Amino acid sequence: MAAVIAIIAGISALVVMFAQSGAGASVRVTVDGALYGEYSLSKEQSIFIESASGYNRLLIKNGSAYMAEADCPDKYCMDYKPVSRGGETIICLPHRLVVEVTGTRDAHQPDVVVP
Amino acid sequence: MTTRQAAYCAMLTALAMIFGYVEALIPFGFGIPGVKLGLANIVIVLALYILPAYQAFAIQLMRIVLVSFLFGNLSMMIYSLAGGILSFLAMDLLKRADGFSITGVSIAGGVSHNLGQLIVAVLVVQNLRIAFYFPALMIAGLVTGCLTGMLADRIKRVMESYK
Repeated sequence: MAAVIAIIAGISALVVMFAQSGAGASVRVTVDGALYGEYSLSKEQSIFIESASGYNRLLIKNGSAYMAEADCPDKYCMDYKPVSRGGETIICLPHRLVVEVTGTRDAHQPDVVVP
Repeated sequence: MTTRQAAYCAMLTALAMIFGYVEALIPFGFGIPGVKLGLANIVIVLALYILPAYQAFAIQLMRIVLVSFLFGNLSMMIYSLAGGILSFLAMDLLKRADGFSITGVSIAGGVSHNLGQLIVAVLVVQNLRIAFYFPALMIAGLVTGCLTGMLADRIKRVMESYK
């Protein structure tokens, strides 16, 4: 039993790792399956997400995003490690909120262009 | 239902509720937010082996409904019911199939519990991305199911020696 489950978990872990790519470019926030907004990871910002069920505050810093505040009862979304790689997610189930990292940052592009 | 069975049902339901409450005090997540040890599963596995299946199922349902009403909310009850019912069916099936140890049955319970909750989460949030937690939740179910199964095995042996 344990071996069978370990093998299934191993194979699906490989699929997931394959789907998660390098450094992401932006985060897409969806509430209830509908797009709430897309925010660049290269800009430091604080995003206040308000929905019928409550609010969350997402912070973007140093190219990664994390949940800084939420008024949900369990606060599991605040336990997530900061996300930065494509395909990584932060989920707040009570608020039906998903933050996912999308796109890949081109390594050959400069981070900042100083005019 | 004999008097002994009625007493066992009441005692095990109370014990499962206490375990569900105590669990919140034990930090155990190994990196995956929301993963719990599932101590109440010890009680359900034990009930499956010392009581008829329908009584064990009643304990599972009573535990979920009571704990959700006392300490949780409606959405928590939906997740718990999905995980609880699926894991009970999986464990009952494997127990009937014979050839699986208590620990094996409990592992199947832990994994299917997480699977049931994941399915509900995908339906609620309407985002298939969540399914990416499948491997992590499977491994979590494997570890927690193994731990609770070993404990249930120990307790069952002690209970049998007191008969």
